[in-house]
Amino acid sequence: MLRQIEGSHAIAESVARCRPEVVCAYPISPQTHIIEAIGVMVKEGTLAPCEFINVESEFAAMSVSIGASAAGARAYTATASQGLLFMIEAVYNAAGLGLPIVMTLANRAIGAPINIWNDHSDAMAVRDSGWIQLFAETNQEAADLHVQAFRLAEELSVPVMVCMDGFILTHAVEGVDLLDQEQVDRFLPPYEPRQVLDPEDPVSIGAMVGPEAFEEVRYLAHLRQLDALDRIPEIAAEFSEMFGRDSGGLVRPYRLEDAETVIVAMGSVLGTIKDAVDERRDAGERLGVLGITSFRPFPLEAVRQALAGRERVVVVEKAFSLGMGGVLATDVAMAIGTTTLHTVVAGLGGRPITRTALLDMLERARTGRLATLSFLDLDEGVIARERARMATVRRSGPFAENVLRDLGRPREDQA
Amino acid sequence: MSETRVHFYQVGSFAVGNRLLSADERTVQSDRRRTNSIDSGHRACQGCGEALGARYALDAAMRVTSGQLVAVNATGCLEVFSTPFPETSWQIPWLHSLFGNAPAVATGVAAALRVKGRDQVRVVGQAGDGGTVDIGFGTLSGMFERNDDVLFVCYDNEGYMNTGVQRSAATPPTARTATTDAVGPEPGNAFGQGKDVPRIAMAHGIPYVATATVADLHDLERKVERAMSFHGARYLHVFVPCPLGWGAASSETIHVARLAKETGIFPVYEAEYGEVTGVTKIRRQAPVTEYLRLQRRYAHLFGHPGRPDVVARLQAMADANIARYGLLATEEDE
Repeated sequence: MLRQIEGSHAIAESVARCRPEVVCAYPISPQTHIIEAIGVMVKEGTLAPCEFINVESEFAAMSVSIGASAAGARAYTATASQGLLFMIEAVYNAAGLGLPIVMTLANRAIGAPINIWNDHSDAMAVRDSGWIQLFAETNQEAADLHVQAFRLAEELSVPVMVCMDGFILTHAVEGVDLLDQEQVDRFLPPYEPRQVLDPEDPVSIGAMVGPEAFEEVRYLAHLRQLDALDRIPEIAAEFSEMFGRDSGGLVRPYRLEDAETVIVAMGSVLGTIKDAVDERRDAGERLGVLGITSFRPFPLEAVRQALAGRERVVVVEKAFSLGMGGVLATDVAMAIGTTTLHTVVAGLGGRPITRTALLDMLERARTGRLATLSFLDLDEGVIARERARMATVRRSGPFAENVLRDLGRPREDQA
Repeated sequence: MSETRVHFYQVGSFAVGNRLLSADERTVQSDRRRTNSIDSGHRACQGCGEALGARYALDAAMRVTSGQLVAVNATGCLEVFSTPFPETSWQIPWLHSLFGNAPAVATGVAAALRVKGRDQVRVVGQAGDGGTVDIGFGTLSGMFERNDDVLFVCYDNEGYMNTGVQRSAATPPTARTATTDAVGPEPGNAFGQGKDVPRIAMAHGIPYVATATVADLHDLERKVERAMSFHGARYLHVFVPCPLGWGAASSETIHVARLAKETGIFPVYEAEYGEVTGVTKIRRQAPVTEYLRLQRRYAHLFGHPGRPDVVARLQAMADANIARYGLLATEEDE
């Protein structure tokens, strides 16, 4: 049932129906209304059991979420702009540890000069952190994406950031159809952690990983992002089937059929772009729009397919890399691709880059066997074994420590 | 001190002999069933005070909670030397997140346990002095003021030892560190700086604050037990000599720690809800020179001509502690 509601309150209600168990609150515009509304629900007892913690900084907000998630609780917080930057060390840490925290990012510019209004600079600042980043076009989609985000995060044990434009969405009052408790419960099972701090089964989480395994641990995290490329559309399809509306997914095509020019963008601006495109379409121009819902993982294949054969691609983005240019545009360029550009990830975490490995890589390049993206000297065996463990055991434990333990075993035991 | 009036004198050492005590008065460490929360095989330096302090504190906490304990660790020596994977020394559930957030992570663990109805499981956060008094201070103060149900233990070795002995806000005046070198007209760390975090903790009005040293096992274990009898934020500040960073002999760790207390340089006391409730008296007062001379970080104060003027200032600081906390035993104490 459609209800006139402020975006922030829609998010708060949607999040509450996901039954978060620990919610950290620290005020920063324009996300503050979200955590305020959740605070009311906890205080009046309509959201229970839930620990609502007024922390002293965003750094603490993410850190408390890390502790809560590692101890088996469903954790949620929200932030924006400077707040995201203040917690950035913990943002990377949560992803590195593989903790399925969900966070709303009410997108806002980063200072100096200080500016409280909307753009996407904050989200771009953490695009490489290992969080899944989903961009909402409308408040309806933002509300729905949070329900999908918890499901996705917990399935994959990866944190998810739902990005929604500050003020434009968070403070807009419009009709939103919120799922009721029974519907959310049907879609979102209780949180079953992959790793948990429990005296009955003590584990050490957060050990140092040296050059011998760092690349493999990072690659495993990358693989989980690739898993998300499969799961995001599947979860969106399931959502659509269950509740009868399309929210989420990887990309959102609009009037692409015969489009010669395609505009690519993320977030609420897609509405305005579609209006403009409609107007020009009426004048006979063949225009189309490609909305990117999943910015991380970036759906290279879906974007490539959507843009194949177009005469012109225009990326409209609310952020840019100083001294370089477009951020989203760079990713789109990678999707469109060239036959001559290859990325070789090498030397992560102090892994030596040897001449032998480089010579081997050059040989593969010469003979056309070098993939678009590859990882130098990657130990495929240890990755396969950890992936197999994760596939067979839900509580597979901390993956970095698993890899180290695997590598530390006597050789004959590794086969 | 409220607990015990029994005096445990052994010849010369002033150590408490377990054999003189009844079984239930003996230390957790003397019990062969102790947990060994941080087990042997770790990579700490010989004579590491922090390794001892962590085992003493956590084993005591394990006994009092019947093994229902989770530990959160800041980045630092303790974190690095205890988890050389594929091996880990931790026999208890243990989480390391970052350098400056251990108190907040511990808050999160405690919140999760509460929301799950697992109140019997208790949480200990731990860090060195850098992770406590400097980079983790904001999250520590936040955890204190919310009165979150966490015992936070600071293992104070008076500097950033893991990164190569740099100055922290817990480094004492005149001590040589890599960033307060013993050169120039005022060698070593400056006077008039630093934070007294136990007193700052008391100012938060939290249920329990205590200081202790690795030299007095009974006192340390009793304080852990006392701390675990409260819910809410608790703080234990343990003085742990660092042989490497202080330039002291590995065999002298306990001796150095004992002298820190016996000189008054490190006051040993406890407080409840912001009020001091007990002090551990000096048993055989020693001049600060006895303490300082064991450590090369103070070597520039001695020799020829030496700096008796500076040593006098350090003695005055110890004397001020003695006066403030009433550390000297009176006739009545005996």
